[in-house]
Amino acid sequence: MSTKKGIEVSIAAAEAAKLARVEVIAAYPITPQTHIVEHLSEIVANGELDAAYVNVESEHSAMSACVGASATGARTFTSTSAQGMELMHEILFIASAMRFPIVMAAVNRALSSPLSIWGDHSDIMAARDTGWIMLFCENGQEVVDSIILAFKIAEDRRVLLPVMVNLDGFSLSHVIEPIEFPAQEDVDRFLPPYEALYTLHPDKPITMGAYGMPELYTEAKYAQEMALRNSKAVVKEVLDEFSTEFGRKYSIVETYNIEKADTVFMALGSINENIKTAIDNLKEEGKELGLVAPRLFRPFPAAELYDVLKDKKKIVVLERAMPAGATNGPLFNEIASLAVTHGLNAQLENFILGLGGRDVEPEELMETYEQVSSSTKVSHSDNKNYGVIGVRS
Amino acid sequence: MRMKSLERYTDSPDFEYATSGHRACQGCAEILALRLGLKVFGKDTIVAMATGCMEIISTPLPTTSWRLPWIHVAFENTAAVASGIESGIGILMDKGKIARKDISVVAIAGDGGTSDIGLQALSGAMERGHNFTYICVDNEAYMNTGIQRSSSTPFGAMTTTSPPGKKSIGQATQKKNMPKIAVAHNIPYVATACPSYPFDFLAKIKKAKLAKGPAYIHVLSVCPTGWRIPSDQAIHYGRLAVRTGIFPLYEVENGKYRITYSPEPLRPVSEYIKGQGRFRHLTDDLITRIQEQVNRDWQDLKSHSEMK
Repeated sequence: MSTKKGIEVSIAAAEAAKLARVEVIAAYPITPQTHIVEHLSEIVANGELDAAYVNVESEHSAMSACVGASATGARTFTSTSAQGMELMHEILFIASAMRFPIVMAAVNRALSSPLSIWGDHSDIMAARDTGWIMLFCENGQEVVDSIILAFKIAEDRRVLLPVMVNLDGFSLSHVIEPIEFPAQEDVDRFLPPYEALYTLHPDKPITMGAYGMPELYTEAKYAQEMALRNSKAVVKEVLDEFSTEFGRKYSIVETYNIEKADTVFMALGSINENIKTAIDNLKEEGKELGLVAPRLFRPFPAAELYDVLKDKKKIVVLERAMPAGATNGPLFNEIASLAVTHGLNAQLENFILGLGGRDVEPEELMETYEQVSSSTKVSHSDNKNYGVIGVRS
Repeated sequence: MRMKSLERYTDSPDFEYATSGHRACQGCAEILALRLGLKVFGKDTIVAMATGCMEIISTPLPTTSWRLPWIHVAFENTAAVASGIESGIGILMDKGKIARKDISVVAIAGDGGTSDIGLQALSGAMERGHNFTYICVDNEAYMNTGIQRSSSTPFGAMTTTSPPGKKSIGQATQKKNMPKIAVAHNIPYVATACPSYPFDFLAKIKKAKLAKGPAYIHVLSVCPTGWRIPSDQAIHYGRLAVRTGIFPLYEVENGKYRITYSPEPLRPVSEYIKGQGRFRHLTDDLITRIQEQVNRDWQDLKSHSEMK
């Protein structure tokens, strides 16, 4: 029997890791990830989970210890944020290239400087090309479900890649939400114990992490890239299986009110709840705005996005990370690429917002909708390609 | 190589865990140390190795020189990787997913990977008390990248980033005392060793293997390429390093120091320094300064050892 309770999302994330019966946790504390690892420590300390908790001395060592543990065949979990993700950046590439099915809860937070402990996506956008499968969550229920199904995806023999479950710092990690927890026996059926294909063990000595000469490096990276691209089919399969088992239906691209709307907003993470509120408010005024929200960000679901975007007139991409000198924000650049390669005939707009924990009210989003509706060119001009919502310049 | 006395330390002295066909330089004492040391650890061993000479000479994909489970992840994190391995096999044994037996976890890194970039990860792993052995194979510079100085490069040595010149005597700093740092973590076993003294080395590996908790072994590994000596002189210079007191052989068991080989009366350091290209620019004044430092360090070590 599943149970439903009001619970802080971070605590729920730790409970999800427990339901997944993780065997090694190596983590280092950083705000706003702390409640997840604190609660996991407590669960292990109380003997409620048969796991080794490694109190590493840095995030670099956290990911390194996760790699070592995963290499022995243990189901491995960690969590981090912001500076921590940057410190482990080097090893993120190695974890994916060595095909270790580690799952990490990434509690998204702004990068310093100025120092900010509050939420945005600058951490994950800096780590987006590390070869991990990346899921974004909109609410606490998605966080719990995603952590469980992330292991199922990661450990699939057709995949064998690490998965990052992204949740927004504070605006999601620290809120209390009603969340339904599946029963342990149902999770056990859905997610059987991890049986690694290759492990570090004296009975069968193998070499892991050999280096690639120029005549082999390209092939090694190509094989990895194909595994990541092909993982999309498995992600879909696992989401379907999850829905059959637990009744909650997820797709790799979520939509809201897109049938009648010519204009759609696109964004990642918990901001989508605010966008939905804005959409509902606009509807009362007789205006139609849709939302297209990729839950899967890596591998990028280009074909699925094209299907829902192809008839739209205006596509507005909202992102919580500065482009840092790029033409546009990272999500917009994906959509612009899609527009060229697949042929989208739409007005594309790009806005940056919600940096370093700045609140984004539904009213601001409604205002952005009005601007875009009444103009064919809002965020672009001769000297800029995107707007920054709410900035005092 | 068949050494009858090896049988005291290992069940299968003839079996090679570090096989031939690797790409180490002629006269490399590092691969010699590992070849011997791994015989003592034996087949129930998992090796985590840092980026460095021993890694790049042994594993160009798809070949390997290791007949043990072996993993390389990055440069600075070998102790953290070993922590994960030890935790992983531990919990899998606890849960009955793999059979319970003694498996040695061995982390291996060079002096740069240990005393510079890997120091934090090593400190963390020693503090946490993982049951593993860390072997630092110290050739006293970043030899893999072309002889750049590390914090383990001795005073006065010429490297490509500590070149002697009008305003430089070469390496201007003293060699970092890594064993002392390891001792400060209150771990069960710390030792220095040199493959020029193979049985002293093997006895220490055996103690490290049997220690419950972290063990640290600091191995002086003569590098003919980086030290600018003939490749048939590696063993000789290892012996001179010990006999001059420049690299004393000792162990620290549960905090108690013991000198395992007394070289007294110490040979003059000039015997060690003179033939090495990396020291060729040193003046007599500087050699005297090195001699004085060695004398002080030796007395200091003896006073620690007498405290037991």
